[in-house]
Amino acid sequence: MMRSWPMPEAAILPTRRDEAWRYADIDALARIGADALDQWKDISVADGETWRHTMVVGSDQPELHRIRLTLGAGARAELFVTNAGGDYTRVEAEVTLGDGAHFEFGGVTIGGGDAVREFVTTTVHAAPNATSNQTVRSVHWGTATGNFLGEIKVARDAQKTDAAQSFKGLLLEAGASANAVPQLEIFADDVKCAHGATVGQLDEAARFYMAARGLSPDTARKLLVQAFLGDAFVELDDEKVHEQLLGAALAALEGASL
Amino acid sequence: MLKIENLHAEIDGKAILKGLTLEIAAGEIHAIMGPNGAGKSTLANVLGGKPGYDVTAGTVMFKGADLFDLDPHERAATGLFLGFQYPVEIPGVSNVQFLREAANSQRKYRGEEPLSGGEFLKLAKEKAGLLKLDMEMLKRQVNVGFSGGEKKRAEMVQMGILDPAFAVLDETDSGLDIDALRVVGDGINAIMRAPDKGVLLITHYQRLLDVVKPDRVSVLAGGRIVQTGGPELALRLEAEGYDAVMADA
Repeated sequence: MMRSWPMPEAAILPTRRDEAWRYADIDALARIGADALDQWKDISVADGETWRHTMVVGSDQPELHRIRLTLGAGARAELFVTNAGGDYTRVEAEVTLGDGAHFEFGGVTIGGGDAVREFVTTTVHAAPNATSNQTVRSVHWGTATGNFLGEIKVARDAQKTDAAQSFKGLLLEAGASANAVPQLEIFADDVKCAHGATVGQLDEAARFYMAARGLSPDTARKLLVQAFLGDAFVELDDEKVHEQLLGAALAALEGASL
Repeated sequence: MLKIENLHAEIDGKAILKGLTLEIAAGEIHAIMGPNGAGKSTLANVLGGKPGYDVTAGTVMFKGADLFDLDPHERAATGLFLGFQYPVEIPGVSNVQFLREAANSQRKYRGEEPLSGGEFLKLAKEKAGLLKLDMEMLKRQVNVGFSGGEKKRAEMVQMGILDPAFAVLDETDSGLDIDALRVVGDGINAIMRAPDKGVLLITHYQRLLDVVKPDRVSVLAGGRIVQTGGPELALRLEAEGYDAVMADA
């Protein structure tokens, strides 16, 4: 969001009129305090290097996590997050990609109550030949909300950019919601940018099939949710961490009264 | 073993089953044949407890208990197996995981100890072998990318693993070529032909009954059983058609 006057970033809280905060829980953000807006975790990944970070975030307090990544030529950054906050929980990543760099993001938001859980990414393809792939899966119940706001900016000389975003939301109860906002700003002409978003409910045919084989509704739901979430962590090839992230997501489901 | 009395059921307010009465004893394989739209699949779905069907009258007793008191997964755990005409694909869930969870859910319901990973795999391998299904298929996602015939064989592998007391098989022969029909038929015989088991075999064609020889055959038409006889009834239906046979009834 461009402002027409200079302003220190954290001087005031954003409002929902700011595009990147459109579905945010501003009241919860106020409880975190405006200072948190300044707390960026800055990471530089040198030419040809690989950086991987995995997180399980969420507590009974609102949380804001901001990560700024700068990737050199041929560098690779992988970020995998399970966001299972009990209150407003927002994870942001601002990524700038050098020539031939790759950004891989896999995120899960999951939970009930009335919390908003969101991922907000800005991916700047600043140089040619860079690729990015972002996969977010969102499972909510109660009156909870899962959001993915993904902005992709392709600079004028960033030819051969290949950027992909996929969002799928699964709503386990009628009061839950999911929002996907892909935003593309492309100034180069030889570019591939793909994005897809769907929101749905559990497959009734699959649920009955599973029941007919003796699976209890809880177990059937767990298996279907596990399968649904799987896409987000497909690119995470560390089996142990993979299980931690998926396990944390499924633990949130186990506590649910559905 | 399964006693259906005066069963009435409807879907979206439309009556499909209109006073169906049928009893199947332990040790019996009972074939149900009937014209399209007679209510054969509805009968299978009502027995399995598929959502969307309203039972408006009648009772079904299974192993001495009221079937309609049980949720679908409880019916399965009690020993009722529903073979699907169109087995459902479940992306992201492997057959092995699905079936192990299913077997152990059933065992838990019955108060039995769960099968270990090793015990389960041994059982799965044996039943896959019986149905000539490659074990590699069972490592794949449930029914995803399976051909029609593979789906039906996988259904029978599931039946073998879950080892039900009673199977309702809804057009298990549809989509099978001659060789696959023989394999599936032999599988049904091996798994379900026993003095303490029963089968309700819904089919359109005599060819499955050549392999799985029924003890009795009933004709379902207009939501009711209109005629019951021995295996010769199926042969007559095949030769003369429903209209002719029912006109004589």
